[in-house]
Amino acid sequence: MKERYDVVVIGAGPGGLAAAISAKKEGAESVLIIDRDKEPGGILNQCIHNGFGVEIFKEDLPGPAYAERFINEAESVGVEFLLDSMVLDITPSKKVYVTSKWFGFKEIEATSIILAMGARERTRAQIRIPGFRPVGVYTAGTAQRFVNIEGFMPGKRFVILGSGDIGMIMARRLTLEGAKVERVLEIMPHLTGLTRNYVQCLQDFNIPLQLSHTVNRILGKNRVEAIESVQVDEHFNPIKGTEEIIPADTLLLSVGLIPENELSKKVGVKIDPLIQGPFVDEEMQTSVPGIFAAGNVVHIFDLVDWVTDAGITAGKGAARYVKVVKEKGDFVKLVPGNNIHHIVPQYIKRDALINGPVKLMMRVVKPIEEKVWVEVSDGQNLITRKLERYVRPAEMVTLTIPQKAYDDVRKTKELIVSVERFGG
Amino acid sequence: MEKFDVIVIGAGVVGAMIARTLSRYELNVAVIEKESDVCMGTTAANTAIIHAGYDPLPGTLKAELNVRGNKLWDQLAFELGIPFKRTGDYVVAIDSNEFNKLEELYNRGKLNGVIGLEILGRDEVLSRLPYINKDVGGAMFASTGGIIDPFQAALAPMENAVVNGVKLFLETSFEDFIFDGKRIVGIKTNKGDFLCSWVINAAGLYADTVMHKANLHPEFKITPRKGEYYIFDRNEFAISEVLFPVPTEISKGIMVTTTVHGNTIIGPNSHEVPDKEDTSNTVEGLDEVFKGASKLVPQIANSMKHVIAIFAGLRATGNARTPNPNIDYHHDFLIEVNKDIGLVNVAGIESPGLASSPAIAERVIELLKDSGLKLKEKKDFNPIRSPRPRFKDMSNEERAKLVSKNPSYGRIICRCEYVTEGEILDEIHAPVPARTYDAIKRRTWLGTGRCQGAFDTPRVVEILSKELGISPLEVTKKGDDSYFLLRKTKEV
Repeated sequence: MKERYDVVVIGAGPGGLAAAISAKKEGAESVLIIDRDKEPGGILNQCIHNGFGVEIFKEDLPGPAYAERFINEAESVGVEFLLDSMVLDITPSKKVYVTSKWFGFKEIEATSIILAMGARERTRAQIRIPGFRPVGVYTAGTAQRFVNIEGFMPGKRFVILGSGDIGMIMARRLTLEGAKVERVLEIMPHLTGLTRNYVQCLQDFNIPLQLSHTVNRILGKNRVEAIESVQVDEHFNPIKGTEEIIPADTLLLSVGLIPENELSKKVGVKIDPLIQGPFVDEEMQTSVPGIFAAGNVVHIFDLVDWVTDAGITAGKGAARYVKVVKEKGDFVKLVPGNNIHHIVPQYIKRDALINGPVKLMMRVVKPIEEKVWVEVSDGQNLITRKLERYVRPAEMVTLTIPQKAYDDVRKTKELIVSVERFGG
Repeated sequence: MEKFDVIVIGAGVVGAMIARTLSRYELNVAVIEKESDVCMGTTAANTAIIHAGYDPLPGTLKAELNVRGNKLWDQLAFELGIPFKRTGDYVVAIDSNEFNKLEELYNRGKLNGVIGLEILGRDEVLSRLPYINKDVGGAMFASTGGIIDPFQAALAPMENAVVNGVKLFLETSFEDFIFDGKRIVGIKTNKGDFLCSWVINAAGLYADTVMHKANLHPEFKITPRKGEYYIFDRNEFAISEVLFPVPTEISKGIMVTTTVHGNTIIGPNSHEVPDKEDTSNTVEGLDEVFKGASKLVPQIANSMKHVIAIFAGLRATGNARTPNPNIDYHHDFLIEVNKDIGLVNVAGIESPGLASSPAIAERVIELLKDSGLKLKEKKDFNPIRSPRPRFKDMSNEERAKLVSKNPSYGRIICRCEYVTEGEILDEIHAPVPARTYDAIKRRTWLGTGRCQGAFDTPRVVEILSKELGISPLEVTKKGDDSYFLLRKTKEV
């Protein structure tokens, strides 16, 4: 494994795989995908039902088969994988901190990063279901992993809350495994998943769907013993007198997905509060230059084929970004040196100073409560510096590279910005 | 049969503190606990506050032990390697009416010997707590108030006690006393008889039934009082102060506070319930907590979408009169020795029980000493329990070092809280072993983040199964019949 890559993709699900392949095909020389799981493919690996690839391949594939095509292609075009490994942090200067049982704790440098972390499921607390907290309340995805990957049944008698696709598909899957699915409850007055899933997963298996119904209470202290359902009015308020106790040992929640953007937020990517995903441009570039987003991390797609499409767009964007940065002679990289956390911009055009001085904005790592030099060098020679009375992480530091440094900047590959002692 | 000098019934924070204090002496001590882990009752579900001591009525045991207990926590937290923050706390008066009540609280605090109390005017409060209700009248600030992880606060002394020789018996429930005609000589449990010279009843919600088995205090009754809570995703909504409303007769009120893990928590309300196992959340209770907390911090109304967990806890409210004959108060701690039969009762330990627990343990030892129990200090008692590595709290340099030493610390199992396989293995093989999902959760904070275990559960089941040498079908969430999985697939 290398220390630096043109493109690092976080997440090996359909979005990440498509982005990595497309980045590589568009000319990025080195592409690495990092994933938490032991196998690439993401959630597709536990989606053993069909319905994948109808748009892209004109074929109706199960999830693992769809993933396999992309995994094979990624390998054949030379994408590298780092699996069973988790990214803890990324920085605006494109450092990626990753930890793994197999490779230890690593710092990898990237020119461009593609966020492809997917989504997480909404949980019980987010919809505030009262009652005890027994075992037997699972998100549909967790149950799906137990059944399809681990080979275990998390219950025998189920109630499913939510008529989303995962919920309905699990209703069929559990029935095929010999479990009894008592009911699918949906708080909305209409179905929230695809009609084809309603027909193929519920109707074909005689599983009742109750619209405008929700879970009122969970009964059972150690293990779920029953679910109390209730009808709701048009404002989603429970209608008194419509409560019904449904004996069951398990409640599956299929109540929506939320794009998983903790890493994105930490690096300063602006998030659209409406959809919980990053604001992106037509290339899927986020508000942090060089950081792109692919798949459900942006917003929740209906079909995996569309996730793949969005991944391809992000991969192209990342490759173009790398190309612009790397076109030798064109750009000079700004490297955070001593006590510098990050610098914006990360790159300047080699002849940028022709048009005037260039202003740099940066933050320091640690506060220094005394006079310091903030300086720019080419690694050996000082190019410009500025005296500051103190530096603090909370206060942005600026420094302008003057026009007269034109010749120095043209000669160098990179500029190092650092904070040095006043006496030094 | 092995004979114990002392048996402690109950491994909540009170039982754990008593066990650790007893482990300083050359005594053969056992602790029995009916649950699958220590501290699964009141200790596991409360507001996690180390109270300053201005609330209890002067002259009560609560007042005395709260103030003394509060002082002991710095040294204890240091010895036991647990996070404890003396954040200070605010009692916030919302209008001028409530503001008048702060003076009473201030005077009560002074009488109880609480130092560091300060009454703040409206402007000062608004500048310190800019998010507070704009109708705020003022506040009292108590600099000695603090926050702690209540589970760690009880697990750590129990672990330290075990390392110093105390024997812990889990899933062992008290059934009856064995008398030799006059004195207790042992107890009956679901796991057989245990012989002993002394019994300490620290059975929490069940302390009344235990003492009734010895025919003591038939009039004493513990009534569970339920409190419900919400916890917020710290990445989305977080305040870093501890805020009480002005207290009422029965309760310190619905708080807005923070945990040592950085999560904002709101609650509790306070309602008597008939059932000592009723830790269920209710629509009405959750609504009441929401309204109470929004009164202090109005912006909570817009942050409810960031709630990641709801839960309820039970306080063990007793009806014991304060020992001081001049004070007419009937909800005091009941801490007493019956020398003739060999029983110490520690009952009715509701709030501020967590804060008071180290002082309660001291009191129990004094009572035993006065009753003739020989206390010879152990030469090799080790008061120190070193904290285990917490990957989440480390710098990248420390992480790199830890992972290079032991690669299992490099594998993240819980992605919201950054809990590693190494930390989980540590807890499964610790002096007080974690053998269920919830036991690992309480020790590592795994599964407490925004996805609430959706990703880690299958992996934790796998690890527990492997490490305990049991089938995944036998792995439980919290003991008993709380099995995660009911059968293999392809079996029908």
